[in-house]
Amino acid sequence: MIAPRNAAAIASLAVLCGSLACTNFYEIPIETPIQPKMDVSSFNRVLVAGFIGGGTDDVDANLETVRLLRSQLRSKSNLRVIEAEVLPLVDMARDQSKPQAVPTDAAPAGSDAPAPVPALAAPGETAKPAETAKPDEARIRGEKDLERYQGIFADVAFWKKIGEEYQNPLIVTGTVLFTPYQSNSFVTRNVESYDSLGRRIVTPVRTYMERRGFILSPNFIFIDGRTGTQLHSEKMREEILYTSQQNVPALSSYFELMDRMIPSFLSTLSTQRIRGTRVLLK
Amino acid sequence: MHFRPWAAAALLLLSVPAWADDRSGAKSQVEFGIKVAQSGLWKEARYRWEKAVELDPTYAQAWNNLAIAYEHEGKFDEARKAYEKALELDPKNLLIRQNYDLFKEINDRTQKRRGDR
Repeated sequence: MIAPRNAAAIASLAVLCGSLACTNFYEIPIETPIQPKMDVSSFNRVLVAGFIGGGTDDVDANLETVRLLRSQLRSKSNLRVIEAEVLPLVDMARDQSKPQAVPTDAAPAGSDAPAPVPALAAPGETAKPAETAKPDEARIRGEKDLERYQGIFADVAFWKKIGEEYQNPLIVTGTVLFTPYQSNSFVTRNVESYDSLGRRIVTPVRTYMERRGFILSPNFIFIDGRTGTQLHSEKMREEILYTSQQNVPALSSYFELMDRMIPSFLSTLSTQRIRGTRVLLK
Repeated sequence: MHFRPWAAAALLLLSVPAWADDRSGAKSQVEFGIKVAQSGLWKEARYRWEKAVELDPTYAQAWNNLAIAYEHEGKFDEARKAYEKALELDPKNLLIRQNYDLFKEINDRTQKRRGDR
């Protein structure tokens, strides 16, 4: 058995040893650079051309995605962002699939004179769908509907033509589905209560909940404007659910979900830095 | 025959100050490297730690610091080699192990991204 005096001596020795050891190491913050997924060193400029958007009618997925990505690339990448009209890709792809359609090579890109891209929407401002009411069969509601339009991304001549028009930039395009989603299921929630002595008690309670929300699933496609070929593609998916009491506008949900995906999108094109700490030793 | 042990002892005595000089020279390089790294001068710090391991290749702490400097510069292959050298020299050092584990986590992610390309 160790006497209290001995125990105190051992403890103080341990503290002393600990403090002496402390002087031999130094915690230091470091930023580790992570190289981008794509080598974009041969491009100075980027054109966020437009997207095949679908899902809910409350948000124009094409227009909003173009605005957001351009704004993010302007501030967080070294590439110069080309301000150009947003391509109505759905219409273009539909025209391509028609047998009597004019060959895409002959049609100058963006000649349909779509509305120019205005500045990023102010918070709370609702986005107006760029296109007027479409016939129901032409609407894109899900992944299956998107399949009809996928061919446009493999059309090398079409993208090369667009590349030539904007002096061979890196082209960002793809598909964006923003669909309403409902989930009725049992959810475990922590319920707080206090006992007779005033102590806080947390009890997990399973409750049946009806929740509504959205799924955002974009597929970003990166095309070499010099050749019209696909360089890289990045598929993502995020979802958000709200309780029936919450009334969140679709546009807010869209931005919330996009916020989660933007770092991953940017890391495709530009160097990201991971912050951490390491220990330097003497 | 009796000469040999004496000669060996003399040789050992002569070599100890030389070894001690290398370690103390390396130690001062390491300490200066830490000071400049704390001021954000990572290139200078790396140079100092490279000097330290050149002076004393058995100095595990110097290899650890050098690995951190390489990591900070995005030189992952060099960082991995330096961490492995540090751990080879001092396998029981938990701080080096912790640094290496954190580095490996980032390095594995980078490797995966390269694979995705």
